[in-house]
Amino acid sequence: MELLEIFLKSIFIDNMVFATFLGMCSYLAVSKKVTTAVGLGAAVIFVMLVTVPLNYLLDQYILRPGALAWMGEDYAEYDLSFLTFILFIATIATMVQLVEMIVEKFAPALYNSLGIFLPLIAVNCAILGGSLFMQQKEFNNITEATVYGVGSGIGWFLAILAIGAIREKIRYSNVPPAFRGLGMTFILTGLMAIGFMSFGGMLTGGDEAPTKEVVENVTPAETVEVNEVATDSTALETVTDSLTQTVQQ
Amino acid sequence: MANTNVEKEPLFSKKNLGLVKDPLTDNNPVTVQVLGICSALAITAELKASVIMALSVVFVLGVGNVLVSLLRNAIPSSIRIIVQLVVVAALVIIVDLTLKAYMPDLAKKLSVFIGLIITNCIIMGRFEAFALGNGPWKSFLDGIGNAAGYGLILIIVGFFRELLGSGKLFGFPVFGDPVEKTGLYATGYENNGFMLLAPMALITLGLIIGFQRSRNKNLIETH
Repeated sequence: MELLEIFLKSIFIDNMVFATFLGMCSYLAVSKKVTTAVGLGAAVIFVMLVTVPLNYLLDQYILRPGALAWMGEDYAEYDLSFLTFILFIATIATMVQLVEMIVEKFAPALYNSLGIFLPLIAVNCAILGGSLFMQQKEFNNITEATVYGVGSGIGWFLAILAIGAIREKIRYSNVPPAFRGLGMTFILTGLMAIGFMSFGGMLTGGDEAPTKEVVENVTPAETVEVNEVATDSTALETVTDSLTQTVQQ
Repeated sequence: MANTNVEKEPLFSKKNLGLVKDPLTDNNPVTVQVLGICSALAITAELKASVIMALSVVFVLGVGNVLVSLLRNAIPSSIRIIVQLVVVAALVIIVDLTLKAYMPDLAKKLSVFIGLIITNCIIMGRFEAFALGNGPWKSFLDGIGNAAGYGLILIIVGFFRELLGSGKLFGFPVFGDPVEKTGLYATGYENNGFMLLAPMALITLGLIIGFQRSRNKNLIETH
C-alpha cells in the first residue's frame, strides 16, 4: 500500500513537470512530435530506474552523516554530504554513458529509437532532480526509492506525451502570432498543471480506520431516512430497496 | 596574426559589450533560446528567492565559462561533458554552502533547486556553444550576459507573482494589510493566492514571451 501510494503520488501529485518544473528544457525542445516525445520519455523512465536506486545506495552508504560507519568505528563521524552534487551528477553521467554503450551493443533496435536522446538525458534536470528529491524524502528502503524513481519517470513521460500530442494538433489552430510556438506551449503547460492539481486530493482521503467509524455512525440515520422515503414516494423504490438491503446486511 | 588582433581589440569594444547586452533582450536565453527554465520557475513565488537564484547563476556561469574557456585546449572532446559537469558541480557546491552558512532560511526554501543549477541547460549550453571556442574574457562577458538575461526573466516573474499573489515585494507589504483591511484592501481588493501556485509561473512566463514577441516581430515562430 505504501509503495502504491509513493508510485501514484510521484506520477500525479508531485509530477516532475507540472509541480516542480523539472526537465523543462528537453520537455519544450523535444515535444514537437509525438514519436520523438515518446522516445525521450521512455529513455527518461529507463535512466530514472537505474540512477535513483544507485544514488540511494550512494546516499545511504557514503554521503549522509554517519553513513561510513560500515567501514569501522573511526569513520562513523564523517559527514560527506557536501559531495552530494558531484557524486550524483557523476553517477548519472557515467550511467548514461554505460547504458548507451550496453544498449548499443545488445539491443541495436532500441538504440536506434532511444540513441540520440540518451546523451541529452545526462543534463536533464528531471534525472538529477529525481535523485535530489529522493535524498530529501528520506525513503526507508531501496524498493521505495526505486518505485519513486520509476513513478517520476512515468509522470514525466505522460507530461511530454500529452504536450507532444497537443502541439501536433495546435498546428491547425489560429494562435495569435506572438504566442505561436513557445508562448502557447507555456500557457498550455500551465493549464495542464492546473488540471493535475486536481489530483492533489487523491491521497488525502484518510486511512481505513476512520471510514469504518463513520459508516457505523451513519447507519442509524440512514435507516430513518429510508423509512421516510419508502412511505413518501414510490418513484424511488428501487433506490430505497437497495439501501434497505445494505442496511439489513 | 590572430594574436595581434585580439590584443588590439579594447576590453569593452562594441562587440564585447554586445555579448553582454544581446542576451538581455533579443537573444534572451529563457524566452528566445528556450534554455534554463528547469530550475527557475519553482522558486519565483518570492522576489527575494528569485534575486538570490539569479545572482547564483551569474556567479556560476561567469566563473564556469572562464574555467571551461581556460581548459578548452586541454579537454579531450570525448569526455568534455563530464569535465563540464564537474566544473559546474564544484561551483554550485560553493554557492550552496555559502547560502547555507549565511542565509539558512532561504537555503531551505530553495532546497534542491540550487543543486539543480548543475543541470541548468543555460550553463551547459553556453559552455558548449561559447566557452569551448572563445577566450576567457569574452567567455566571461558572455557568461555574465546570459546569466543576467536569465536572472532578468526570473526577477520579472518573481515580481508579478509576489506582488499579485501575496501583495508584497521582498516581503514588504505594498498594498497595505490584508487582515486589517488597510490601504488598497480597504477598497475590496483581494490577493490572488493562485499566483503563488506552480501553474501561474508557467502562464506568467508564457505571457511575458508573448509580450516580447509582439514588440519584436523577428522572434515570432511560424509554428
